[in-house]
Amino acid sequence: MIDLFKFEELLTDDEKMVRDSVRSFVQARVMPLIRDCWREGRFPKELIGEMAALGLLGSTIHGYGCAGLGQVAYGLAMQELEHADSGVRSFVSVQNGLVMHPIHAFGTDEQKNHWLPQLAQGKAIGCFGLTEADFGSNPGGMRTTARSDGTDYVLNGAKMWITNGTIADVAVVFAKCDDRIRGFLVEQGTPGFTTREIQGKLSLRASVTAELVLEDCRIPLRNALPGAVGLRSALECLNRARYSIAWGAIGAASACFEEALEYAKNRVQFARPIAGYQLVQEKLVEMWNEINKAQLMTLRLGQLLERGLEDPTPISVAKRNNVKMALQAARTAREILGANGVVDDYVSMRHACNLEAVYTYEGTHDIHTLIVGQALTGIAAFS
Amino acid sequence: MKVLVPLKRVADPDNANKVKVTADGKKVETTGLEWKPNPFDEYAVETALRLTEDGTKPKTRAGEVVVVTFGPKECEITLRAMLATGADRAIRVEAEDDQLDGWLVARALKKLVEQEKPDLVLLGKQAVDGDTNQVGQILAELLGWPMATSAAMIKEDGEALLVGREVDGGVINLKVRLPAVVTVDLRIVAPASVYSKLTKADFKYNEGVRFAPLPAIMQAKKKPMAVLKLADLATDTALRIQYPRFEPPKGRAAGKKVKDVAELVDKLKNEAKVL
Ligand SMILES: Cc1cc2nc3c(=O)[nH]c(=O)nc-3n(C[C@H](O)[C@H](O)[C@H](O)COP(=O)(O)OP(=O)(O)OC[C@H]3O[C@@H](n4cnc5c(N)ncnc54)[C@H](O)[C@@H]3O)c2cc1C
Repeated sequence: MIDLFKFEELLTDDEKMVRDSVRSFVQARVMPLIRDCWREGRFPKELIGEMAALGLLGSTIHGYGCAGLGQVAYGLAMQELEHADSGVRSFVSVQNGLVMHPIHAFGTDEQKNHWLPQLAQGKAIGCFGLTEADFGSNPGGMRTTARSDGTDYVLNGAKMWITNGTIADVAVVFAKCDDRIRGFLVEQGTPGFTTREIQGKLSLRASVTAELVLEDCRIPLRNALPGAVGLRSALECLNRARYSIAWGAIGAASACFEEALEYAKNRVQFARPIAGYQLVQEKLVEMWNEINKAQLMTLRLGQLLERGLEDPTPISVAKRNNVKMALQAARTAREILGANGVVDDYVSMRHACNLEAVYTYEGTHDIHTLIVGQALTGIAAFS
Repeated sequence: MKVLVPLKRVADPDNANKVKVTADGKKVETTGLEWKPNPFDEYAVETALRLTEDGTKPKTRAGEVVVVTFGPKECEITLRAMLATGADRAIRVEAEDDQLDGWLVARALKKLVEQEKPDLVLLGKQAVDGDTNQVGQILAELLGWPMATSAAMIKEDGEALLVGREVDGGVINLKVRLPAVVTVDLRIVAPASVYSKLTKADFKYNEGVRFAPLPAIMQAKKKPMAVLKLADLATDTALRIQYPRFEPPKGRAAGKKVKDVAELVDKLKNEAKVL
């Protein structure tokens, strides 16, 4: 993509090397199988080992065998993954931001030493259970409960729409315990804990989405995450994942733009390439324009995160802006491709379908609007 | 085994349309180009790594892999990326792209080989920018070392290498005694192309070059990078190869439509004169 703002100059050598390494990995390993995975509704589990070897899992954590990347380098890695597919990026976002991060930030040394190395090596997979069937945008209303009987916590309830649910070895589950929301580690195979994959998705088909059911599920007291108290702790994790989504969406949008540009230059109608028509140029310019703006804003966000961001509102701004931008780009690209755009030999419609879920998860577009709205007006519109 | 791998950055071949010639035709405009390591050189680094390991423990090296490039400071990212994929040490020889030709690079490399004393110098068979295909050959001649070019297979065999070169209709197998100079072709990064004496006979690599692991990228800064002056390695820096003028390739002329086979044959015979 033509780099008129010299974005490249704003990156350090480390950041460029991380991006380029993930890009080569994606080209060589993800692209050859992603179309079929999406068609078959299958997450490419065979990539987990290689993604771990590349250092994608837990990549911003220092120690425990993790890469210790800065936020910008991490974001660029997510951009490259989602250039291939939002589902593959979702897998990594969940493992990193929603599983390894809470264990690292809120867990005991024992929990960290036990889980972080295996999660980094891809020997264990994690999932994050916050949403329930009746509590999506309003997770604070959750009905799942945890009760201590002195030796164990007993969990009851059900979590819905949980990425990686059926393939996870450990679930970070949020439940109400004496009226406070707390985070717990629930291991696969614990009696009373079952998972069921949600079928029939028309979006994120190369990602596992599941329901988690907890019926008198007993976990030892030491499986509570001591620091994960209050909804704030869950939201703190979500902000990590939202940041990775903001970059990922740029990757998806770029893939669609590149495909549409190439196609428009080669597709001849009325004796000239359709890229030569004003209406098509307007579409291409708009896509390119928005991608560039998103990149510059999200880079700045990454730099702010690296020095410590007190107020997470800019993360909402970026998630909201970039996913909407990417969804629009994917639809426009699909349109430029004409009939070819509706088959999966081309990537744009797959991205468009994926981005519908990305638009909704991790705080819907509208919920992020309300978060930013509250920051601007001082009035909360949702409570 | 100690392996020296000279490598070069080239203008990204996927962005070849951005390569422009200055108005006076004297040189290729390098500002704003995206750079990549020459692909054949990346294969040479991969080969060097495969020759110094057993394939199962990519972090332990049996020997040493030293990478060297000639170029300005911006080239260091190319070397760092190679350090991140597993090379042990890097050397940058300070030079501008238009101060170099194959003859000068080969002579400077000869001096460097005398200092570094590698068992093997591995190079790409050619750089995809100038396509001159000569540095490896000149270097072997200057050193008086055995040489194998365009290797598609290498197997370590005692103090020698068995090298397979793919040619029309078959494979030429050579045995070169070390120290030697070998240049590699793209098939060298196939899953079963390179075996060190440690690699198990049934071991298979992933196709292609390995990716730099992200933790290794963060650690690559700690690996040594030496900077030498071109004058330290070559006293006579005059260029033998002069490029009087560059011209971008001509755009393709429009095709012609023909009515039938007879007209096609006629045109091929009388206009194109290829029949
Ligand atoms: C593929 C996929 C994977 C997911 N993975 C996970 C996961 O791993 N873990 C997890 O915990 N959750 C996960 N989710 C759940 C996701 O976070 C929720 O779907 C999301 O928070 C929205 O909740 P909801 O679907 O219940 O929609 P609702 O909250 O019912 O919202 C429906 C609509 O109403 C709007 N709306 C709601 N409240 C307001 C309001 N106050 N003002 C204005 N508009 C409002 C919303 O914007 C939306 O348009 C996943 C979802 C999907 C689709």
